Amino acid sequence: MTRMLLRGNEAIAEAAIRSGLKCYFCYPITPQGELVEYMARELPKRGGVFLQAESEVAAINMVYGAAAAGVRTMTSSSSPGISLKQEGISYLAGARLPAVIVNMMRGGPGLGNIAPAQGDYFQATKGGGHGDYHLIVLAPSTVPEAAQLVMLAFELSDRYRVPAMILADGMLGQMMEPVELPPPVDPKGIPQRPWAVTGAKGRPPNVILSFDLEPQRLKEMNLVLQETYREIERNEVRWEEMATDDAQILIVAYGTMGRIAKTVVRRARKEGIRAGLLRPITLWPFPYEPIRRLSERVPTVLTVELSAGQMWEDVRLAVEGRAKTPFYGELGGVVPTPKEILSEVKRHATG
Amino acid sequence: MELGVIFAGFGGQGILLAGKVLARAGMDRGLEVTWLPSYGPEMRGGTANCTVVLADEPIGSPIVDAPQALVAMNLPSLDRFEGRVAKDGLIVYNSSLIPRALKRSDVRGIPVPANDIARQLGSPRTINMVALGALLRALGAVPLEAAEEAMAHELRARGRERLIEVNQRALARGFSEAGKYLGDR
Amino acid sequence: MPQASTQVPEGYVKAFFRPRSLSDAKYTYCPGCHHGIVGRLIAEAIDELGIQDRTVGIAPVGCAVFLYQFYRVDFVQAAHGRACAVATGIKRANPELVVFSYQGDGDLAAIGTAETVHAANRGENITVIFVNNQVYGMTGGEMAPTTLPGQRTTTTPEGRDVRLTGYPLRISEMLAQLDGPAYITRQSVHDVRHIQMARRAILKAFRNQLEGKGFSLVEIVAACPTNLKLPPPQANRWVAENALKYFPLGDLKVKGG
Ligand SMILES: Cc1ncc(C[n+]2csc(CCOP(=O)(O)OP(=O)(O)O)c2C)c(N)n1
Repeated sequence: MTRMLLRGNEAIAEAAIRSGLKCYFCYPITPQGELVEYMARELPKRGGVFLQAESEVAAINMVYGAAAAGVRTMTSSSSPGISLKQEGISYLAGARLPAVIVNMMRGGPGLGNIAPAQGDYFQATKGGGHGDYHLIVLAPSTVPEAAQLVMLAFELSDRYRVPAMILADGMLGQMMEPVELPPPVDPKGIPQRPWAVTGAKGRPPNVILSFDLEPQRLKEMNLVLQETYREIERNEVRWEEMATDDAQILIVAYGTMGRIAKTVVRRARKEGIRAGLLRPITLWPFPYEPIRRLSERVPTVLTVELSAGQMWEDVRLAVEGRAKTPFYGELGGVVPTPKEILSEVKRHATG
Repeated sequence: MELGVIFAGFGGQGILLAGKVLARAGMDRGLEVTWLPSYGPEMRGGTANCTVVLADEPIGSPIVDAPQALVAMNLPSLDRFEGRVAKDGLIVYNSSLIPRALKRSDVRGIPVPANDIARQLGSPRTINMVALGALLRALGAVPLEAAEEAMAHELRARGRERLIEVNQRALARGFSEAGKYLGDR
Repeated sequence: MPQASTQVPEGYVKAFFRPRSLSDAKYTYCPGCHHGIVGRLIAEAIDELGIQDRTVGIAPVGCAVFLYQFYRVDFVQAAHGRACAVATGIKRANPELVVFSYQGDGDLAAIGTAETVHAANRGENITVIFVNNQVYGMTGGEMAPTTLPGQRTTTTPEGRDVRLTGYPLRISEMLAQLDGPAYITRQSVHDVRHIQMARRAILKAFRNQLEGKGFSLVEIVAACPTNLKLPPPQANRWVAENALKYFPLGDLKVKGG
């Protein structure tokens, strides 16, 4: 395998194509323009459909249609566009259709700006649209990991019939890193979709629904979803730990902040502070258990985010008062430097 | 080893490409690399910068507080980043457009008249490769040949094969220009 | 703020003024961009009608979003495509205000088609300035609903293929079919003669609102030199030679006139 130098946006597009992506629908928005451009250039050449929709609302409903028709499908956008997709995402969840949604987050709320941010954590992990549902939410922190997690997103989404989201930020989309990509997946390895609408030939009609007027039956539909979510929680929690064995202070950070925190841990250790890092890779399901375990022996658990403290709530749920849980965040697209985070670490490690 | 380099200049001075060539050259020599651009409408006609990190182990932060090297192509860029360069670091600056000396005395300064050299080469747009050549000489982490190959790769990808030759000369001129200030090394 | 332009040499008379309703801010649009010209024509209309102190502009998403900085009138920023709905809310809340939206083709004719059609159909008493530059300017040159067949954009790298992405949407012709609108016209600003015509159309679209005539829309066929990758004079020529073939100029609907 050769190392390619790719932007995060390009690596995600290439990985999706290699995952057997058949239909990609989009509406342009910064900072994920390169993803759209890459798809426009490459996907048609490689047997897929690229279509620029008239809006994000249309794009996500095209995804809903393509998913119902039984193909691997994806859309991508950034924060304001993801807000518009929420209705369609709720329908995907309700109808149990697999699909991948990429959110390269930017500063908000409202139009905000195009700088990196992590303000959509609540939206991504707690539902976002209406109804009782979850997405599988994967948070890459490097370009190679972004490619890897896109392939995983397709796989998990198919396996559980739950839409999956890649939650990254503008910085990861724009930056370049060497990436080694696996060869395209064998189409025969992609799970069958006996429920898809393919024409009721030699079988009873397949119907894709997200509604039932009879409360008892809708409850049962919901229970199927809930059972699936419990299964995902049991099987799919993913995280990375660094230098946690003897940590006196644990940083919890994901995505771009997760990688910046690695530099902070190294520097803190050089200065004699035993810092460690837990980096959630799945934001839903969230790694409550490993954080809980660490909080039994680490006195301080510092959450670092590009938000006003969203993942922080989950960290506190995991810690349940066993350790101090300070928070450090930046807002509006401002990204803290390793030095700034280090000074927070020092303050809390000694204070 | 972990080296952070900031390239900064006007949009259109080829700053992002210079950074990309360094990153690709590093990758081709087996290093870990990151390339992080400033992005957005600010780049249209405004200032541009990018940060390249070269390391021999996986890279954490692609953002650098105190770069080991700065390539400043115009005065606003030097004004903005000079103070941030690490002690004993390196500043390659475009003396064709920057009328002042460095304020810092604890860094190595390498003035390169990039616009003048590029004009002599008959290709004003090669200023970025002149500056990169000088940086490579002073930095020593990535050989000139690796950068030549990486530059050729980038230009080929853009359908600009015919510019490879002059850019090669630009890299070489920058490389030898820096030698004037590093004679003792 | 010192204004060099106010120093008129002996024997000269100053005949070209900065409209009062424009602020001192310098345009940040790219060289040759038609947003600058259209923005000024609106300011001239506001001055001429003496409505600066009761005008509210709406700047939705697109290069239009920067517009608020250049005026001395109240402004509201709107979500992508929703300007006509926001304008409706403002106008219904306070009919004394003069409300105009300023929208790109992506904004008005793609994501905002529904809001536009329904505001027009209601005959909402607002003024819509619709800048059709056949491309998504702000996001870096993607296909717009108005992109010409065969035109290369970043999302139509081989040129727009009408079999896959449809045809340039003539939204003004569509709206002109409705009973609601008072005035629908298409203009351009690629040369001085057309700028003068566009100026009159914009003035009329504002006057209609003052007279309570209802929904008025002025489409301006414009150039985005940056994304056309053409120097401004060639971009102007491109409008004349290519864009106007698909988007013929003139009034499409004038109610009672
Ligand atoms: C909901 C949403 N989707 C997408 C975007 C990204 N976006 C910003 S400007 C723009 C298109 C602007 O094109 P147009 O309306 O033609 O105006 P122009 O910039 O060409 O003047 C888009 C898609 C956004 N800000 N919000």
